[in-house]
Amino acid sequence: MTNGIDEISGADFILAIGTNTTESHPIIGLQVKKALRKGAALAVADPRKTEVASLAQHHLQLKSGSDIALLNGLANVIINEDLYDREFVSGRTENFEALKESVAQYTPEYVQGITGVSAGVIREVARGYAGAKNGTILYTMGLTQHICGTHNVLAVANLAMLCGHIGKESSGVNPLRGQNNVQGACDMGALPNVFTGYQGVALDEARAKFAKAWDVAALAGEPGLTVGEMMDIAGKGVRGMYIMGENPVLSDPDGGHVVHALESLDFLVVQDIFLTETAALADVVLPAASFAEKDGTFTNSERRVQRVRKAVEPIGDAKADWEIIAGISTAMGYPMGYCSAEEIFDEIAALTPSYAGISYARLEEGGLQWPCPAPDHPGTTYLHKDKFVRGLGKFSPVEYIPPAEEPDQDYPLVLSTGRRHFHYHTGTMTQRTGALEEFYGEEYLEVNQNDAAKLDICDGDKVKVTSRRGSVKVQARVGDVVPEGMVFTSFHFPAVAINKLTNAQRDPVAKIPELKVCAVKVEKD
Amino acid sequence: MAEVSLTINGKQVAVTKGTTVLNAARQAGFSIPTFCDDPELSKVGACRMCVVEIPGMRNLPASCVTEAMDGMEVYTDSPAVVEARKTILELLLANHPLDCLTCGKNGECLLQDYCYQYGVGETIFTGERHTYDTEAENPFIVRDMNKCIVCGKCVRACAEIQGKNIVDFAYRGFDTKVTPAMDVPLSESECVFCGNCVAVCPTGALQEKVLRARARTWEVEKVKTTCPYCGTGCNFELNVKDGQVVGVTSCNGDVNGRALCVKGRFGYGFIHHPDRLTKPLIKKDGEFKEASWDEAIGLVADNLSRIKKDHGSGALAVLSSARCTNEENYLLQKLTRAVFGTNNIDHCARL
Repeated sequence: MTNGIDEISGADFILAIGTNTTESHPIIGLQVKKALRKGAALAVADPRKTEVASLAQHHLQLKSGSDIALLNGLANVIINEDLYDREFVSGRTENFEALKESVAQYTPEYVQGITGVSAGVIREVARGYAGAKNGTILYTMGLTQHICGTHNVLAVANLAMLCGHIGKESSGVNPLRGQNNVQGACDMGALPNVFTGYQGVALDEARAKFAKAWDVAALAGEPGLTVGEMMDIAGKGVRGMYIMGENPVLSDPDGGHVVHALESLDFLVVQDIFLTETAALADVVLPAASFAEKDGTFTNSERRVQRVRKAVEPIGDAKADWEIIAGISTAMGYPMGYCSAEEIFDEIAALTPSYAGISYARLEEGGLQWPCPAPDHPGTTYLHKDKFVRGLGKFSPVEYIPPAEEPDQDYPLVLSTGRRHFHYHTGTMTQRTGALEEFYGEEYLEVNQNDAAKLDICDGDKVKVTSRRGSVKVQARVGDVVPEGMVFTSFHFPAVAINKLTNAQRDPVAKIPELKVCAVKVEKD
Repeated sequence: MAEVSLTINGKQVAVTKGTTVLNAARQAGFSIPTFCDDPELSKVGACRMCVVEIPGMRNLPASCVTEAMDGMEVYTDSPAVVEARKTILELLLANHPLDCLTCGKNGECLLQDYCYQYGVGETIFTGERHTYDTEAENPFIVRDMNKCIVCGKCVRACAEIQGKNIVDFAYRGFDTKVTPAMDVPLSESECVFCGNCVAVCPTGALQEKVLRARARTWEVEKVKTTCPYCGTGCNFELNVKDGQVVGVTSCNGDVNGRALCVKGRFGYGFIHHPDRLTKPLIKKDGEFKEASWDEAIGLVADNLSRIKKDHGSGALAVLSSARCTNEENYLLQKLTRAVFGTNNIDHCARL
């Protein structure tokens, strides 16, 4: 997020695109509601009638995967009606003419044809966002899990820069991160192309710095494989895998392919707190401690580093993940003798400029938002204040492309997936709480009433959902949460392993799979 | 900011204009009891516990809704004030089950605290008492409306923090009851079980179902930490008894204040679930067998070293975790890059 979470309540126009905020990020949802109570306007772009959409002045029920057309359409109106921030565009950005040229064809009427959102609403939302004092854009995986996910985000950035809604308090581009420490995992370099703090592995300087700190002769400069690419060549190029605290069998697209990939490895080690569907395929399973059994830090969506504190001893013989990693390293001839998580954190701070000023002692006083470059630096609430990281913000013209797999005669419906309020990710934890699964114990498929009538499906009927890759059986819930032509369910329930059906086609840049759109058929079971 | 000057219990106090007498007194170091006042919620002056004496004013005004004025003279503990508070407590006790011995909020109850403070052990009033059934059919929250003192904090928390307006006052007078529309149980309403009403309830009317059944309030150690679910980064306190996490309570989180969602507040049961892995497992002939750490680590190190030697560093790949700590993610990428010799490391940021 370029802004802090509490800044959302200071926005007077919020554009939420592809985020089911009140269900997936309930406490961030409270900030949206606070803004609304203070008089803010809200526009929600989502094919589904979510709770947050019901709170909005404008619910843009766009066709799945048509986000670029919508965002370009908003930019078209803002430029044509001369509503953009000329001072910001001339002083802080470059490549405006190229953007202007590329969005010229995205007139509201043209965009209506692609997205299904009326031209009048597109104009109103464009005017509202451009005219706001503080405009903020919220998005999550509904925007990014497409084959054009990177371009979707660029289109969002174009819009924010066009209106000067970035680099200010309560104005910004705010992806809401879905997992407790997904921001931290990225910051720590658990990515194939960067060390900590996004220091590129391809940079000689960065490699030299880390090689010296880690006391090794050299480090590889070629970026590695992303998760999808690992699965593609498992058993061929990749022979051994080490998986810590992830459950790709249920979370990754085309689950059948993932199982096959992991089974074809020479050796698989999985480290987790439960025997997940992925761990069941392993040669060795290592029992890890949960968050309550260890010290450490998580970094949240607004870049705030916060303490995790050990409350109880590890269960059985389980060990903190860092202790297990250190043990494996030592056994492989590279001794890691850390005595505490704090000792590791100090090493991170020493090697990572954006974390350099953070220490456990400071975190006792409260969390700190990076960049925090020095021990006396207060942290940074919002980014890009006077300049962007690259200097000028560059407009990147992007064109609408349709999803990789569109409905056809054989598979006439669009399947989209996401989260429910009462559960989380692959359900490993929330299916074992003694409370959440008791209250919400069975998953269902949202089906539009008109489709249900055509398919002779009643509310509560068991249905079979099938894509080109697999099928699952699930109970139908008939209504108007999803528009005609679309069905939706979550990936929280192992019994409804919906990712057997989803499409592994990826965005060419970020390599994110198109989990939000695939073609399916639904039959009464 | 304009200031006003007033006298509280003989002490000269200057506060910002617009400050309530309650807050002015607190700033001056005087404590005033209150059930219904909350810094995050609108002010309703409902419970009258915070009454004070202000010569020249009719009756005893509720300090939480009285603005401090220039030249005002305030007495927070005069005999009239103390008498009024005792009467309020006696009136509350007239319709409150005195089952503190078995109540889960024993020790963390404002009614109990103030009764102790004002020496009110029993009531002089007799009359009708509520006999509502306890609502415990959902797995998260127990509602005992017999213990409700109608302060309305839960109503305001639901409306003003959670923005859901699930509960409100129903019926009139003595029969006034906080309930979802149509007086249905929470589980039949649109309640999302955030429990933010429970966090503000001053008595035992709203309780966390598991926590209050498993531990007395003084038996738990509270450890402040960060939620393991979504990326918002809410802080809360793990309540620990006998080495077990028995519940979650709100603290003043950097991001969330006291607010939590149902997963953060009630989704901790996995920690001690019997399915937890407790020993390293090694697969032999298709079946997992328990192993020692030395054996398991040795096997992992041998296999990974062998693959690296036979097929090169690029034949190894690692999935790190968005659920683990920064320290663990750092260490795993260090292991991958410095020891395995590859950049094949990723995690589920895209999923």
